Order: sequence, then C-alpha cells, then structure tokens
Amino acid sequence: MKYIDEFRDRDLARGLAAAIAAAADPTRQYRLIEFCGGHTHAIFRYGIADLMPTNVRCIHGPGCPVCVLPMARIDHAIALATRHGVTLCTYADLMRVPAGERRTLLKAKAAGADIRMIYSTQDALRIARENPGRQVVFFAIGFETTTPPTAVAAKVAKAQGLNNFSIFCNHVLTPPALRTILATAGPQGVRLDGILGPSHVSTVIGSRSYGFVPQLFGKPVVIAGFEPLDVMQSILMLIRQLNEGRCEVENQYTRAVTPEGNRKAQALMAEVFRPRETFEWRGLGFLPDSALRLADDYANLDAERRFAVTIGEVREVKGCECPAILRGIKEPTDCKLFGTVCTPDNPMGSCMVSSEGACAAYWSYGRFREPGFRSATV
Amino acid sequence: MCLAIPARITAIDPTGQSATVALGAVTRDCSLALIEDAAVGDYVLMHVGYALNRISAQEAQQTLALMREAGVLVDPDRPEPA
Ligand code: SF4
Repeated sequence: MKYIDEFRDRDLARGLAAAIAAAADPTRQYRLIEFCGGHTHAIFRYGIADLMPTNVRCIHGPGCPVCVLPMARIDHAIALATRHGVTLCTYADLMRVPAGERRTLLKAKAAGADIRMIYSTQDALRIARENPGRQVVFFAIGFETTTPPTAVAAKVAKAQGLNNFSIFCNHVLTPPALRTILATAGPQGVRLDGILGPSHVSTVIGSRSYGFVPQLFGKPVVIAGFEPLDVMQSILMLIRQLNEGRCEVENQYTRAVTPEGNRKAQALMAEVFRPRETFEWRGLGFLPDSALRLADDYANLDAERRFAVTIGEVREVKGCECPAILRGIKEPTDCKLFGTVCTPDNPMGSCMVSSEGACAAYWSYGRFREPGFRSATV
Repeated sequence: MCLAIPARITAIDPTGQSATVALGAVTRDCSLALIEDAAVGDYVLMHVGYALNRISAQEAQQTLALMREAGVLVDPDRPEPA
C-alpha cells in the first residue's frame, strides 16, 4: 500500500543500518528512549534492535494509553456497566486489561453487562440514537491522537440533544509524561541521551510542542514516523545530533507532521476539554495537568458527574513490573511472571495486553533473543 | 492505540463531513470533521474512523530521497538510485 510499502523497503533499511553503524561513535553510548508504544512495536516487529550497533540502545517509554491507564479506571468503567446498568462503548484494546482482582471488561460482558466494542466514536453516537431508553457511556481513552474524535462526538451529542449519551473521559497528554520521565532521569531513573518523539500524536499537537525538551532538559528530540525506515532514519538523526553536539527538535515525519500541528483538531479539543489538576498514570504516579476532563459547557456529558461511582483500593498483581517498565527502568524479562504466569493469552498486566506494550512486543518478537542482543534498559 | 493508517479519499459526501476511503482493496467510511479542504485523491492518515491529517506526497518523496542518500554515502560501491 502507498506510504506503507516504500517505508518498509529492505534495501533502504540495509543502507540506513550501514549509515547508523558508520555514524555511531564506538567510544560512546547512545541510549534512546522511544516514547510511543507504536515505535516499540516497530522496533521489535522489524528486528530493528538487532540491526543496531551494541552501543545504540532502545529504551521503551510509557507511550501506550492502554498501558498507562490505572486499574481503578477500568474498575470504574466496569462499575458503570454492572452497577449502573449503562451500555458501555469501548475500543477493543481495553477489553482484556486486568483491573482489580483480575476483573476485565470482557469477563463483565460474559457475565451479562452490556459492553459493546466500537471502532469509532460515531458508533457510540449511533448506539445512543438507536437506544433512547438506555444510558450509553463512551469509555474515552487515548493521547492527543484519539482525543479529537471524542471532542467531535461531544459536540455532536450536545448539538443533537442526545441526553442519554455521556463520556467517561480518560484522555491523557503526552508532554507532561515526557516531562516527568526527563525530570526523573539520571542516576535514580532512566539514563538517556535522546528521544524518539511521538508520531501520530504530533500530527495533532505539532513538533513545536516539544521545544521544552532541548530547552529545559538538554536532550535532542526527533519526531519519528511509525514505519521501520522512519524509526531507523530517526535513530540516525539522533546519533548525528549527539555527535555534532546539537540539541534540537527535528522532524523526520514531515509527510504528516508540521510544526504547528492540526489547528482545527486543537481548537476542538480546547473547546470541549479542560486540563485536570492531576491524574494518575500507571508507573508514573499522579501528574499535574496531564489529563483532560470535559469543560463546564459540556459537564452534563460527563459520565463521572452523571453516575456516582466509588472504587475501593485496587492492588497491582503481585510481581507485575509494569510500573517500572513504563518508566523505562526495567525490561519485561526482569519480571518473574513474564512468559510463565503472564502471556498474551493470560495477561497479568496492561503491558502484556496491548500489542504496543513492551511485554507483548517482547513476547511476540523478542523472547528467544540471546541476552547480549536484546535491546535493553541500561 | 495511536496507530493511524494511510487511506486514499475516493468520494466525499455532499455535506463535506464524511468520505469513503480506500485502504488497499478495502473501503471504509471516514469522518472529515478534523481536517479542512479535503479532496478526492488526497491521502489522509485515518485513526478510529477520522482523518487526522493529510499526507504530503512531496514530503514523502523527500524523506525517501534522504533515506537513499544516507545508504549511498556509506557505501561508495552502491549504484546511484534511480
Ligand atoms: S510480564 Fe506481565 S506481569 Fe510482568 S510486567 Fe509484563 S504485564 Fe506485568
């Protein structure tokens, strides 16, 4: 397919791998963190880690909205469907994510709760229109990529007076998470030299949004596309910046990302949402101004206001290392449950459920790798 | 979750709000609520049923040219790419 096949070309990959090998200075280390789960997935699926010289390491970041959602939010959604009897519309990615006591939306559905998997917010609106007697809640989750479609749904619901529709909002913002990782990097946190910046998030918020990284933290950023050649070229660009002592935001993914991003989508988000004072991220804890709630003009579409839900304390599965993996300080093979108790068929943590999670990527593509060859968190 | 895929607009409905797009041999509906001035033949990045952005054919060509160049620079024996 156009814009896919040519960015997976074998000969170009060979050339880029040779260019990386030639550029990487053997006397130094290049620890590069990829923020997005989409990059983690590409790095494993296409064996990019194996093509890198040993001193170029890929560290996996927290950029998978499913992985960073705290378990209590899943429990909250389950409670909406079971205790309040709403029709809960959700993206398929969330169905198998373990909540407290290993509850999942899938199990709740099997037990009779009305939980529907949808592809688009348009489907959720349609279900609400077709079932005027039922309360329909959309389980909204995702970074800035997935937020504008939720904003459109909120606007449509408001304009059409769709009173039985509401939104359980879990949208989170990438820059605050990146800021937290950088602020805690160093001897105690993850050691890193450069950042592969978000891909499709950046189509919306623009490459300009990352100016704070070189300015405040002195680390170079390259906004990178998700195809394997995009990732390789971005790694080369980071190595060159580091070699030349440059530190700036560069954009590899120019075919889709501009400095200012998608203004229309930004305006919609600004109209419909406001930052939350604080929101919990798995692995990163409570981060100020890192998530969105519905603005006051849209408050009556807010499922958290419409339905009172209280969730007891939710405990992580004992032994699950997801929080440390999401901070980039451990890798899946450091988890005792990896590949034995925890597999994609029987996931214990969110990093094994989402295909973009580091544990799922290791399981699918990397688990038979010799220790010396795997990409590591060092 | 953040994956978006390239899709080609094959038809736009009269409201201008929604389109039919081709993903290889498959067609789908795609909302145009997030972009402006879409035209038939444009490639867009589609995510959860919405076009997020147009893809620039020119930028894509330039990126591929840079990738070729990077490979050629390290290997003087490689033939010049066409
Ligand atoms: S392997 Fe499973 S239990 Fe271990 S960290 Fe990953 S998701 Fe959690």
